[in-house]
Amino acid sequence: MDLSFTPEENAFRDEVRTFFKENLPQDIRDKLVSGLHPSKDDLVRWTRILNKKGWAVPHWPVQYGGAGWTPVQQYIFLEEQMLAPSPQMLAFGTSMVGPVIYTFGNEEQKKKYLPAIANLDTWWSQGFSEPGAGSDLAGLKTTARKDGDFYIVNGQKTWTTLGQHGDMIFTLVRTDPAAKKQQGISFLLIDMKTSGITVRPIQTIDGGFEVNEVFFDDVRVPAENLVGEENKGWDYAKFLLGNERVGIARVGASKERIRRLKQLAAEERDGDTPLIENPRFREKLAAIEVELKALEMTQLRVVAAERNREKGKPDPASSILKIKGSEIQQAITELALEVAGPYVAPFRAESEDHGWNEPPAGPEWASPFAPTYFNYRKVSIYGGSNEIQKNIIAKAILGL
Amino acid sequence: MDFDLNEEQRMLKDSVDRLIADKYDFEQRKAYLKGENGYSTDIWSQFAELGLLALPFAEADGGFGGGPVETMIVMESFGRGLVVEPYFATVVLSGGLLRHAASAAQRATFVPMIAGGEKIFAFAHGERLARYNLAHVETKATKDGDGYVLNGEKSLVLNGDSADFLIVSARVSGATRDRSGIGLFLIDAKAPGVTRRGYSNQDATRSAEVSFADVKVEAAHVLGQPGDAIDAIERVTDEAIAALCAEAVGGMAESHRQTVEYLKTRKQFGVTIGSFQALQHRAVEMFVMVEQARSITMYATMMAAEIDARERARAMSAAKVQIGKSVRFVGQQSVQLHGGVGVTYELAVGHYFKRNTMIDMMYGDGDHHLTRLSNMGGLIAA
Repeated sequence: MDLSFTPEENAFRDEVRTFFKENLPQDIRDKLVSGLHPSKDDLVRWTRILNKKGWAVPHWPVQYGGAGWTPVQQYIFLEEQMLAPSPQMLAFGTSMVGPVIYTFGNEEQKKKYLPAIANLDTWWSQGFSEPGAGSDLAGLKTTARKDGDFYIVNGQKTWTTLGQHGDMIFTLVRTDPAAKKQQGISFLLIDMKTSGITVRPIQTIDGGFEVNEVFFDDVRVPAENLVGEENKGWDYAKFLLGNERVGIARVGASKERIRRLKQLAAEERDGDTPLIENPRFREKLAAIEVELKALEMTQLRVVAAERNREKGKPDPASSILKIKGSEIQQAITELALEVAGPYVAPFRAESEDHGWNEPPAGPEWASPFAPTYFNYRKVSIYGGSNEIQKNIIAKAILGL
Repeated sequence: MDFDLNEEQRMLKDSVDRLIADKYDFEQRKAYLKGENGYSTDIWSQFAELGLLALPFAEADGGFGGGPVETMIVMESFGRGLVVEPYFATVVLSGGLLRHAASAAQRATFVPMIAGGEKIFAFAHGERLARYNLAHVETKATKDGDGYVLNGEKSLVLNGDSADFLIVSARVSGATRDRSGIGLFLIDAKAPGVTRRGYSNQDATRSAEVSFADVKVEAAHVLGQPGDAIDAIERVTDEAIAALCAEAVGGMAESHRQTVEYLKTRKQFGVTIGSFQALQHRAVEMFVMVEQARSITMYATMMAAEIDARERARAMSAAKVQIGKSVRFVGQQSVQLHGGVGVTYELAVGHYFKRNTMIDMMYGDGDHHLTRLSNMGGLIAA
């Protein structure tokens, strides 16, 4: 047992860190430090810089553009990415549909879609959840009826994150209405510019527009857009959701946020006393740091166990990463409220979306804190709610 | 980065686990508790035969050169077995002081006594008003020819009642909580002037209140430079914290395992109670607590060998915070999910609960360490 990184791994970390320092555009970095969202253009710019270096999809197999890194290197890369802080690659392409296509897709699909994902030429969206199918995803009702060389898709998807930018959407659709729940589902790729598709934004409690509803009304989708076999979509979806675990703990991102809060708490004063000198506040911060350290070690255990694990079988222990990772992220947003104190109150729509020329009321850095706190309730809900994660652990690990 | 045990560590783990599985079930343990000093001398001999008592000592001193990982392996297994033999007091604490403070000649004399299982050692350090302050030493050591004379009172001396030798901290200079001025003195526990009053603890371990009235220490039994002992005491305490964390993890994991087993067999309303989601989720929350404790224990284990005392202290405080939180939750919920039977003496889960609660309260509970860690600026630099 040796928990230190090898000299090679440390050299790799230095290389990544230096690259980020030298190549991440300052305006994007500043935005992330301030707790604002990168724009579509920011993400495209940054993805193309990484893709040029060969680092946009490092976790993919080498023949599709992967970097051929060990799980530990991938972990280091992800952590450095969050610490920089830099935007993470658009997961819908790089971590979700990309791996499904190179694992289950045909050669034509691989050629057509994979390079465009790596370069963010195609913005992918996710069409899984429906109004009536949330945690019970297999209860989905959107149908795809075969009609010659086409599928005719009808139904509604929801919670489609950043779907307003979407070029393509990968969907789970019911192709056999007679089959049992999980068995009649197929995995279909749909061009979002096809007629019959309507994207409607959903405003979230923070006032932002991150998620959307997507309506399908007699949408004609070429049959060649089916991934793998008809009615096998559930298997591909399970594979996809298992892949999603990498980085879900967001340890690096939480570290970066804590660092930021500590800096702000040293500046922000109550009269003459910096907030960081308030023992109660400091202890709450330390308590989160302890949980985060434990989670970091848990994550490293999962990463290290990767090489002993059966390929394609997700480690059920990664459910812990989801549960604790989301709890910690949320706890940090709560603490951020305390740093801003009364200055959480003034509402300010995100400047890049709406433009803002007025001087802020109070410290400028405070404005995203309350919206982030409200918005981050999502992290214990998306990707399989924490209650679902507990069901998974109860069944898969505890045998209950 | 590698979380796997090497070949020797795996063999060590196999043999300790086997010993605990074969010789230390809950019923067998009851018999050991009736031993003369509250533990089994036969088991102690078997620890010696397995080499466990020689484990952390350098090969040059007659040991096996094991480090914190080896201690973690042993302590985790002991935690599962609720082992009451004086391993912690003799090997981890006193052995640690010999390793970090004693001269080569002193190690040559005393390490073989421990490694061979012949003598029990205890560390007489705590005092009535010390709480968790390691520098709180009122007991006086006064120069007397080449040696010293000890006077004072020590409290909560783990296994102090049955120890053959005591390593006593005493002040050669300075005020009660000064970091400098503390020395370590090794004495025969039956030396004239030593009075011991032994008693049983909540978790079936034993301790003693020990007083010293003009107890003579020969020069050869003064460990290190008198006055400079605090660094060694802190270092050994940090190693001890990592070891206790491992013991707590072993106990928690076993308590959780037994609880999940109970959920699978206990029937109410015509079904096993493990079919109820409220109880499933509780069992999962316990599992998360155990695994987070295991993770932080690995961190503490790695950091136990850290030379930088401040970095080491941060890690140990972090570990104690997480362990404190985990043992309370896992202990309380193990009892809760067993229902009425959980509060009975005859069931093992209550005994894990008690032992781990005592571990939480040793060397500072979670809150104490949270304050300490926050005063050191936490784990992440701004």
